[in-house]
Amino acid sequence: MAVPIPYEILRLAWWLLLGLVLIGFAVMDGFDLGVAILLPFVARGDVERRVVINSIGPVWDGNQVWLILGGGAAFAAFPPLYAAAFSGFYIPLLLVLAALILRPVGFDFRNKVASPVWRLGWDVALFLGGLVPTLVFGVAIGNLLLGVPFRLSEELRPIYTGGALFDLLTPFPLLVGLVSLAMLVMHGAAYLGLKTEGAVERRSRLAVYGGAAAVIVLFSLAGWLVATAIDGYAVVAAPPHDAPSNPLTKEVVLRAGAWLENYRIHPWMIAGPALGYAGSLAAAGFTVLGRRGLAFLGSAAAVFGIVSTAGLSLFPFLLPSRDVPSDSLTLWDASSSQLTLFIMLVATVVVLPIVASYTVFVYRTLRGKVTAGHIERHGQSMY
Amino acid sequence: MNADVIELSRLQFALTAMYHFLFVPLTLGLSFLLAIMESVWVMTGRTVWRDMTRFWGKLFGINFAMGVATGITMEFQFGTNWAYYSHFVGDIFGAPLALEGLTAFFLESTFVGLFFFGWDRLRPVTHLAVTWLVAFGSSLSAVWILIANGWMQNPVGSAFNPDTVRMELTSLWDVIFNPVAQAKFVHTASAGYVTGSVFVLAISAWYLLRGRDVAFAKRSFAVAAAFGLASALSVVVLGDESGYVATEHQKMKIAGIEAMWDTESAPAAFTLFGIPDTEARITRYAVRIPWVLGLIATRSLDQQLPGIRELVAHDRERVASGLIAWDAVRRLRHDPADPQAREQLARHVHDLGYGFLLRRWIDDPRAATPELIDKAAQSTVPGVLPLFFAFRVMVLFGAWFIVLFAMAVWAASVRAFDRRWLLWAALLSLPLPWLASELGWFVAEYGRQPWVIEGVMPTFLGGSTVGPARVWTSLAVFVAFYSALLVIELFLMVKFARLGPSATGEPPAARARRAGADALMPEQE
Repeated sequence: MAVPIPYEILRLAWWLLLGLVLIGFAVMDGFDLGVAILLPFVARGDVERRVVINSIGPVWDGNQVWLILGGGAAFAAFPPLYAAAFSGFYIPLLLVLAALILRPVGFDFRNKVASPVWRLGWDVALFLGGLVPTLVFGVAIGNLLLGVPFRLSEELRPIYTGGALFDLLTPFPLLVGLVSLAMLVMHGAAYLGLKTEGAVERRSRLAVYGGAAAVIVLFSLAGWLVATAIDGYAVVAAPPHDAPSNPLTKEVVLRAGAWLENYRIHPWMIAGPALGYAGSLAAAGFTVLGRRGLAFLGSAAAVFGIVSTAGLSLFPFLLPSRDVPSDSLTLWDASSSQLTLFIMLVATVVVLPIVASYTVFVYRTLRGKVTAGHIERHGQSMY
Repeated sequence: MNADVIELSRLQFALTAMYHFLFVPLTLGLSFLLAIMESVWVMTGRTVWRDMTRFWGKLFGINFAMGVATGITMEFQFGTNWAYYSHFVGDIFGAPLALEGLTAFFLESTFVGLFFFGWDRLRPVTHLAVTWLVAFGSSLSAVWILIANGWMQNPVGSAFNPDTVRMELTSLWDVIFNPVAQAKFVHTASAGYVTGSVFVLAISAWYLLRGRDVAFAKRSFAVAAAFGLASALSVVVLGDESGYVATEHQKMKIAGIEAMWDTESAPAAFTLFGIPDTEARITRYAVRIPWVLGLIATRSLDQQLPGIRELVAHDRERVASGLIAWDAVRRLRHDPADPQAREQLARHVHDLGYGFLLRRWIDDPRAATPELIDKAAQSTVPGVLPLFFAFRVMVLFGAWFIVLFAMAVWAASVRAFDRRWLLWAALLSLPLPWLASELGWFVAEYGRQPWVIEGVMPTFLGGSTVGPARVWTSLAVFVAFYSALLVIELFLMVKFARLGPSATGEPPAARARRAGADALMPEQE
């Protein structure tokens, strides 16, 4: 079948789409994770806890599909990335899985037994279910910027030389993990500001301020380290962008400050980090003004900006190799075939707007605050 | 390639997939039963049908949470434990997984929240639409997963690309309309509907035996009986369809299931029972029904079904041809323009996977001796003994479900809800659909061995280069987590089934108080 769109364009389109899906995950499931992390801190007593849990109760499951779609999109559009990244981050992903397994059962099972010990146990499970993925995804992004210890065999089998959990927990990735934590605390708190009232809303307001301040400080610190202390990767020779996918055909070097080169070549990319700062300030500012809807939009913009900063800095890399830099995967040499990219692009462009429209319908149906009185009246039918 | 890692990864995949499949069939079946019950409520306005939807919906929720929790593991596991598989076929196999998320999983997961929490916020007809969308989404999800699985059984619509050293898509249409995938979907989804029906039938029978919630239980029993009978017939009729297509694409699997060591003159006899002896390659104490297998499998009186010995002999030729294909691939790695090598590959590429079989013993198949080629051909025979018995037990259960549902439909239509033997039979059948489903998956996947993709990639080649310690760790974590969660899940299921519909609904006083009291929640009842 002749594909009407050039291979190069399709690869770029899928890089953008994969980015969009991962940002979708960070924005949509991000507030669920943030709310779960805030659960022990903003809610006292069972009724307040249930207010917080029910604020995301009907929507967290749909939001989590963004992560599933991210995995599926990476698998379909960039199979070498999916293969190398998932097997390379084996133990971190196991941690994420264990945490994600706790979430659905935590939401559904918690209110089914009245015992305080039972409920406390599920509160801990939900808290860990929010905290662990937030930290691990941040640490993983940090390790991407440092390069991942893998190389490719001649038949393109990814071979790992390290990647034990403790190798991944070095200072810079841990810092990025904290950026991720601060970001989702801010975002989750901004969401709670929209959906709750009274004491919970008051405490979450403080969490927006603390989260936004921490985001600005930690994000700046990470940027400063990228500029001064961390070597980036740069492609110095590569086949044309429409060549068959084979990551072994290019040459890559490590260079100080290389992760910032994109911002010099394409100044518009500065919009990414700028949005990260502006969104955080807006989240805090609009919270002060009591405009909770705008504050939530601000924190969503901050999440969008910060996640895209990581992607834009890495461009065109998907997975840099610390062991053999030339074995790194880029969007030009680690993609699916032209036909697969084309079909999947058409499918996504058709279906994603439908998904977006029924998601809007669901949120509109569920609009309004979750209150303590509401929980007390509908005890049986809520989480 | 570390053989321990492969075996551990296989064990882990089997355990997590079979565990996940404890919850999937019930979600598939119960979601449709909920939609049917709610349709009756909307059409007749009789509140008992709404209460039925809400009560069975509560049990659905407990099960659904477990399905979601265990489902993510499946998608991640291809990458974590089967990295080379993912790389080699991601171009084709990734597409249905991504399309599942995009078209089905979003639908199901976004609307399931409204199913549980939208009762007071939606008009009854809108809520009914939501319920149907959840049911439709969960079955659509199964469509995509079985398209992915069907492709592993019958890899159509794809070709090996020597420039990228992997399989690539040639026609998504062929992958989607793969006859194996279509047959598998109908068979598996129907099995799910049977599971949902047996679940409702058994618990309703228990209420009737105890003489409680009788009006509720009779109606639930009747709905489950009717839906169950239709589904159980569909499982067997279309399970037969799945045997029919297996003969086209997976002759070895069917020969293994039937312990058919030698080719028989057409039409072949069906071995009702026997003891396969895998050493001597004969079946002892066989009870055989003439003609039946030939008729089911080939739909003809004159088409022969090849036996295991004949298939092995054929595979020996394919291994030898696969060597030549492998040689061409190697030459193309050094000189991608070599026209002679391209032509050689084109002639032998359909046997490349058979050449890969040799890599279990040697790195470069070109060095293979005739003894090794024979060994590789012998390795295409799956484990006959477990397949033979697993298949027969599954079929036995399938037949029993038809009998059970036929009796239940009879009892419901003549209002004979007092036949205690029937109620007991329904109650005691509760675990059987789960056993049948797991056995079915065992036959499908174990019967595919030694291939992960039939004829294209042997399982042992598909793994990740992770150390065994990591896979032991993940295996231990999954076993511990899943066992604990299963205990909790069963505890909650039993607790809520025992509480029953009369105890879990909202007290009428609360419903009355709520009317008009909550400004945020417009009452639509």
